[in-house]
This record gives sequence, structure tokens and C-alpha cells, in this order.
Amino acid sequence: MASLNMLALVCLGYVALLFFVAFLADRRAAQGRSAAWMRSPLIYTLSLSIYCTAWTFYGAVGYAARSGLEFLTIYLGPTLVMVGWWWGLRKLVRVGRSQRVTSIADLLSARYGKSNALAIGVTILAVIGITPYISLQLQSITLSFAIFAEADPLRSYHETTTVFWVTVGLASFAILFGTRNLNANERHHGVVTAIALEAIVKLVALLAVGIFVVWGISGGIGETLQRIDASRIGEWRVDGGRWTAITFLSAAAFVCLPRMFQVMVVENEDERHLRVAAWAFPLYLLLISMFVLPIAAIGLELMPVGSNPDMFVLTVPLSQGQQGLAMLSFLGGFSSATSMVIVAAMALSTMVSNHMVMPIWLRLQGAAGASVSGDVRNVVLFARRISIAVIMALGYFYYTLSGGGAALASVGLISFVGISQMLPALVGGLFWRGATRSGALAGLTVGYALWVYTMLLPALGGGLVPDQVLAEGLFGLSWLRPQALFGIEGLDSIVHAVLWSLSLNAIAFCLVSLMTFPSPLERLQGAQFVNVFEHSSGPRGWTGSVAQCEDLMVMSQRILGATEAQAFFQRELEHQGGRGPLPDPTPMFLERLERELGASIGAAAAHAMIGQIVGGSSVSVQDLLAVADETAQMLEYSNKLEEKSEELSRTARQLRVTNEKLTQISQQKDAFLSQVSHELRTPMTSIRAFSEILRDDADMPLADKNRYATIIHDEALRLTRLLNDLLDLSVLESGQVSLNMSAGQLDEVMDHAVNTALAGSEHPMKVNRTPDSEALRISSDLDRLAQVFINLIANAQKYCDAKSPELTIRVSRGLGQIWIDFIDNGSGVPQDHQQLIFEKFSRVSPERAGGAGLGLAICREIMQRLGGDISYLAGQGGGSFRISLPVEGKNLSQSHI
Amino acid sequence: MSRHVVLIEDEPNIAEAIRFLLTRDKWQVDVHGDGADAVDVIRAADPDLVILDLMLPGKSGLEVIAELRAVAGLQALPVLMLTARGQLKDREMAERAGVTRFMTKPFSNAEVLTAVRDLHAQAGQLDPARADSGQVPS
Repeated sequence: MASLNMLALVCLGYVALLFFVAFLADRRAAQGRSAAWMRSPLIYTLSLSIYCTAWTFYGAVGYAARSGLEFLTIYLGPTLVMVGWWWGLRKLVRVGRSQRVTSIADLLSARYGKSNALAIGVTILAVIGITPYISLQLQSITLSFAIFAEADPLRSYHETTTVFWVTVGLASFAILFGTRNLNANERHHGVVTAIALEAIVKLVALLAVGIFVVWGISGGIGETLQRIDASRIGEWRVDGGRWTAITFLSAAAFVCLPRMFQVMVVENEDERHLRVAAWAFPLYLLLISMFVLPIAAIGLELMPVGSNPDMFVLTVPLSQGQQGLAMLSFLGGFSSATSMVIVAAMALSTMVSNHMVMPIWLRLQGAAGASVSGDVRNVVLFARRISIAVIMALGYFYYTLSGGGAALASVGLISFVGISQMLPALVGGLFWRGATRSGALAGLTVGYALWVYTMLLPALGGGLVPDQVLAEGLFGLSWLRPQALFGIEGLDSIVHAVLWSLSLNAIAFCLVSLMTFPSPLERLQGAQFVNVFEHSSGPRGWTGSVAQCEDLMVMSQRILGATEAQAFFQRELEHQGGRGPLPDPTPMFLERLERELGASIGAAAAHAMIGQIVGGSSVSVQDLLAVADETAQMLEYSNKLEEKSEELSRTARQLRVTNEKLTQISQQKDAFLSQVSHELRTPMTSIRAFSEILRDDADMPLADKNRYATIIHDEALRLTRLLNDLLDLSVLESGQVSLNMSAGQLDEVMDHAVNTALAGSEHPMKVNRTPDSEALRISSDLDRLAQVFINLIANAQKYCDAKSPELTIRVSRGLGQIWIDFIDNGSGVPQDHQQLIFEKFSRVSPERAGGAGLGLAICREIMQRLGGDISYLAGQGGGSFRISLPVEGKNLSQSHI
Repeated sequence: MSRHVVLIEDEPNIAEAIRFLLTRDKWQVDVHGDGADAVDVIRAADPDLVILDLMLPGKSGLEVIAELRAVAGLQALPVLMLTARGQLKDREMAERAGVTRFMTKPFSNAEVLTAVRDLHAQAGQLDPARADSGQVPS
């Protein structure tokens, strides 16, 4: 009979062997001589087998004995994930590696804007979720000790003491193993190798027990199958709901469990290892679960009624007197439990120290800053060791609280449901850019609250939750009964909890994500996660100066250790190709440094520390938001500047145009003055010449004298007219003219104009008028209008070259205006002059009759002042002008009619 | 020496005044009021002197002088330009175009007569052949 002392010795020996293996592997890796097999996908696959804990080793047989084939669902989930969702895992691994995350909490925190609040939440929830799981390992080891104790009558066995010492032992084991190295991302070669060894031990042990049962006891495969059919197991029926729920649950837990994340993502050496693991790991699961049913069936048959089926793997060989096999089996179970506890404690302690202890410590250091305080390395290591101790203690308390009586599988499932609450935030973060921090927090909170209420509290039982609440619901409200929420009864408790917690979790996650707006950093990280394959590495916006690089070096030495920090800085310097003592703090370098530090102390803390140095203070998401706001303001400011400069160039353009206009006006003024000079000098020349002739030539014939005097007189009149016109035009153009608006009859104005224009003509032209159409009431400056009419009629009289000149005056009404056309029967104005004639000093024919060429210009000015216009009407045969006048306002017209 | 003047002036009253002055001073005066065919008229008349207005219908006085100077045998023909646009710029342009003398309106009758006589005398000294031939018809 193996004594307990012997058992303890074997355990210590086994642990020593594991240490030796781990030590060797670490040393070889450190020396860069790690053997090929150490880096092979096989090791990776075997390390994944920490999924199979004592629950698998002992619990699966118990599960099968209690519920038949349902135990398979625990292995179905991971198999489906490995085979059907390897691409999702690949993305997870790529994100984990490119962001150098240290844990699942770190990953979620990094994804949702480096939110430390989220990291703390996930850490706390993970610790709570894993606690039952760790207690499960304690329970299984304690139970296995108890089995041997029963067989060893010499020792007095005390359960509580055993559990306590098992806890202490495992804790020190985990501390020794997991916290030798600080850099969590430096791949714990030793641990992984030791775990791989343990994976082989537990597989060999279970296979050995299985083979012994099938061929040693039962006598072959056929007989074993018959015995299975004959046992209770054959009668179990498949419950679809439970199968689906537990398969899904185990799949979710496989992805979300912190220890699985540790080996699958953090310890991953090479992304391609996943491809091998995708078929090798399901194969491992198949092998390890192959003999579960035979052992359960034979155990049920051989062992006395009431013996614990969870321990059949041990008790069946013992009952057959197979001490050696039992010892191997014990070692297998021990391996399962220890490997799980080591990795889980490592993963959780990393999370606790990085996201809870370090940020608090950093804040306490406060003004002193990270670079001038004590050695961060020691703080981190100490924090991790304490964390492991606390986690193990929690597992111990859970065990004592729950009484340790539950089946292993049911305890494991409680953990699974709790851990699965991370799934929506994790998967959403990987595939949905719209997922926000608030959404993740909301989903996690809702999910965990429901898990605690519907699963954890009922499982802990009477001690914490009054039976009344369980039976009648919180506050006596029946729809709040923990195991029949919202009045849904008759569901299996697992299905019930999974259904409510995960569905409401996912709904809360999606709804809050849709309703909230991600911060800039979240959007940035979201893009990095979702599109990780497009840009596995990209600059994330640190900037620094050379002076700060020394501070960074000092800080890095404290965290990474002097040698490693110097090596890293040297590598970066070579990478940059610089010559100085330190690399330039380029954004790329700072980003790499952040990741390097993040591997030791977590992304958020590393971000904060670099922020402290580069940014001069702790960089929180709020700070970043402020920076983003500032950037937005700068953008806005630069937009405004752009607008301003556009406005300026617009103004410059306008000024240029104005200047051109002014130059043009100035040129026009010169031309005008030149024209005026010419128009004044010409009559003056005649006047001067003839007055000199008259003065000097006294004995000139009288007829000549008279003729020359008349010329002088006419030219003097011409000068007067010219001056009058110039003054008139000047007043009209300056707009200083005051219009004397009054109402009157158009025909009366026309009568006056015709009479005035033709008065004094020797041969007045014939004027054709239509009195009916002219009988219009108009409101205008009648004198000015008459001036225009007179000018046009006089022009016709002057220039019409027909033999019997005639002028036709037509009046018609158009759209809101009156048209008055003056058409003579002469040859008209040549087409190329038709626009020019309204300009000052423009004349069509050289043979003028004393006009200075201002008449039509004045007419145009007058008509425009009166709100109408004057234009040349082409195609009327003779010279024809059209005057348009606005129709007077109704009130005016009515008041005058 | 013949005294034949062609006057190109579109302003009838001014043309009449100059014609009266020069006729009284024993000049033969041909008056023409258009710039377009002024060169043809001058070539046909073959005068001793031309009085040319600057602002003319058809062609400006500057165009007329430029064409005139391009005709063989008329390069040295004295041309007195009259203008009512007495700006410095106009005078420079006129002199560059080949005008012999430039005079601004309004002018005194004596000035015109002096200018015409001076130009005529200068032309006679410079061109003795022409001065000789001038004696034959008179």
C-alpha cells in the first residue's frame, strides 16, 4: 500500500522533474540553442491541452457516469472552434502579437481605447469566474489524496488541512514557475515545455487506465461495449438544449479562458502553429476522452454503490490491486491540476498586477513619476506573487464555502458560463469596428450580474443566499427567481443561465455600442483590430524629443532590466541607422517601446508611462480626447485661415478688377478730355479765324462780311450748346440730377416735342402718329422725357437722307412697360455703329450739323434715370430708336385718372 | 515759284477761313474734306504744300502722312499739320510720322500765313530743281 508520505514524495519528485525540465528549456532558449522540437507546433498543441484539467481527468468519468455521453460536449466545443473557427483564432493571435498584449484583459482594454476601467472590470470578473475552477482543482487533488488516505489506515486524514496544504503547495508552485521571468511576452519556454510534458503524462495515464479497464478487466472491446450497453449509461438520452448550450459554452470558454488565452495567444511562437493545432488538438481531445465511457461503465459495475464516480480513474485500479497504475493515474490527475493552476494563476496575476496593482502604484507615485521612482521590476514581480497568493486563497475559500461536495463538472460549468461573458466584447472587438468601450462595459456588467445571480449564488447555496430568494425570487417577486428568470421555468439551470446571461449581454453590448460614440483612440484601435491583417503594424502617434529619450532609457531599464533595455535601444539605434548614443524618439520607436514595455506591465500602464515622459504627464483617454479636441480645433482654425486667405485672394481679385476699372475710367477720362478739347477748339478756331479776317479786312464785300459774321454766330451757338450738353451729361452721370416726377398725357408731351424739334426747320419732315395709341397716362419727369423725344426727332430731321423724309412714331405696350418707337425712312445707322452711337462724341456721319455727339449719350442717361432705356431697333428700314418706359404704379395712375 | 496748296480739312468753316486767307495771299488752294482718298487727291494735284487736319473722317491725318511719305517723290513735300487735340503726345506722333510742322487750333491767321510761307521757302532752298521748274508756268 502506498502511504501518504510516499505519495507526497512522489509529488515532490515529479514537481522537481518539472522544474528541471523548465529550467533546462529556459536556459537553452536564453542561450538561443532551443531545440527544434521546443519550437515545434507539437509543443504548442500539447500546451493547449491545459484545457484538459483535473475536471477532464477525473470529472469526465464522473460526468459520464452521471449523465452519459453529455461529457463529450465539453470536448465538442473546442474541437468545433479549432476546426471551424481557426481563422478567428488566427486573427486573435495576430492581434495579440501585433499589439503585444499580455492577457485577455489587456486585449480588451487595448481594443476599447486602452481603457483601464475595462481592464480592471475584466480582471475582477475573470478572477471571480476562475475561482470556482481553481477550487475544482483543489477539490480533485484533495479527493485523490483522500482515496489514498482511505487505503492508508496508519495516517489520520484531515480534509481541511489537506486542502489548505494543497493550496499552499500549488500557490508556491505557481509563484516559482510563473514569476521567475518578468516579461510576460517573452514566451515562458520553460513553463510551456513543462506543461507539454504534463500533457503527455496525463494522456498516458488516462490511456493506461483505459487500456487496463478494457483489456485487463473487461476482456476486450466487444465485451466492454456490451457492459456499457448494460450499464446505466446506455439508458441516458441526449437532451438537445443542454447539448447545444454546453457545446457552445465550452467553445466560448475555450476562447475566453485567461489560461487558454495565455497559451494560445501570448505564448504562441508562430501563427502557423495554429494550422497543426487545428487537427492535432482535436485528436488529443479524442484520445483523452476515448476511454472515459469504458472506465465509467466498468466503475459503475465494479465499485460499490455510493462511491464517487469522479474518482473511478483512481479507485478502479486500486480496487484491482494495481498500485503502480493507480500511482500513474494519480500523477496524471496531479499533472492536470497543476498545469491548469500554474497557467491560470500566471495569467490572472499578470492581469491583476498590470491592470490593478501597477496603475494604482503609478498613481501613488504621482508627481515623482515612473522614471525616478524605485525599481519597477521588483514591484511588478512582488505584485504578481501576491496576486497568485490571493487568487489561490480565493479558490480555497470557494472550496470551503461551497462545501466541496459538488460534482467536478458542475463546478467547471459555473466557471465556463462566467468566463464566456467576455465573448461578445471579444468577438465584437475583433470583427465590428462599431463596438465601443461603453458597449463592452455594459455587456460585461449585465452578463456577469446575471451569471452571479442565476448561477454563482445558487451554487454557493444556503450560506450566502436565503432559500426564500431561491424559491420565491428577490423581494418575493416570482419573475426574479434566480433559476426561473422572467417566469421561464422548466429549463435546465445551465441552459437557463447561458440563455439569459449571454443573450442579454450581447444585446446590451450591441445596443450600447450603437448608441455611444467611440473615442478617437477607440476608433483607431478598432481599425487596428478589425483590419489587423491589413496593417499588422502601424504608427500610433507618439512624438518625442531627443531630450526625452534619456528619460525613456532610464524608465525602460527599470522595467525591462538594464541589459535588456540597452539591447533593445541598441537594436532600435541600428534599425534607425543613427550614430548617436540613443535612438531618435520617432513615433515608430516609441510605439515599439510601448509594446515592449506593455509586454511587461500591460498596454495601458505602458501607455501611461510613456505618456508621462513624452507627454510630461499621465496620458488618460480623457487627455487623448483633449488632444483630439485640440487637433479638431486646430483643424477648424486652419480651415478658418484657409477661408481667410481665400477671402483675401478674393478681395485682391476684386481690387485688381476695380483697379482695372479705374485705369479704364482714367483712360476714358483722358479720351473724354481730349474729345472735349477737340470739340471746343474746333468752333473756336473758326470764330478766331473769321473774326481776325473781319478785323483785318475792312474793305470786304458786305455779303462776305455777313456770311462770315453768321459763321461766327453759328459757331458761338455751337459752343454754347456743347457746354450745355456737357453740363447736362455731367449732372446726369453724377446722379445728382433731381427728377421732377409728375403725371401727364403721353400725347401732350409728344405734341410739344414734335413742335419744338421741328420749329425753325426750313423743310420739316413729315411725322406720322397714331393718336389713339398715344392717349396714355404716364408718370415720369415729363420735361426730361420731352428732351429725349426732341433729341430723337431733331436727329431724324438732321440725318434722314430720304428724298421726302418721314418719321413714324409708334406707341405699344409690353410687359410692364411702354415702348415708343421713332422710325424714319432714311438709310439708318450702319450696323457697326448701332452700339457706338450712344457713347459720348460718337458720330455716324462726318457731315454734322453742329452736334458734338453728346445727344444720344444724354438720352440714354435720362432714360436710365427714368427707369427705362433707349436702344437702336435694327431691321426697320430707316433709322429707328426704341424708348422703353416703365408702366407707372397703379396707385399713381388711379389717383391721376 | 508756284504757290499751290492742298488743304485737307473736314470742318467746313475752318476750311473756308484758311482758303480765304491763303487765296488773299495769292495761293492756289484746293480743299478736300475726307481722309480716305486724301493721298490720291494730293498726288493728282502735285502741290507745293499740304495742310492736313489730324482728325479726319475715313482716315486719320497720321495715316494719311504715313502713306504720303511712302510715295516716291513726295517724301520731302512740306506738310503742315493742324489739330484741335493739342496734346504733346499728338505732336510727337505727328513728327515721327513725317509732318514738317505742327500747329494747334485755334491759331492766329498770321501764324498760319507765316508757317506756310516759311515751309514754302525752305522747300525751295532744299529742292532747287523744283524751284526752277516752278518758274516755268508762272
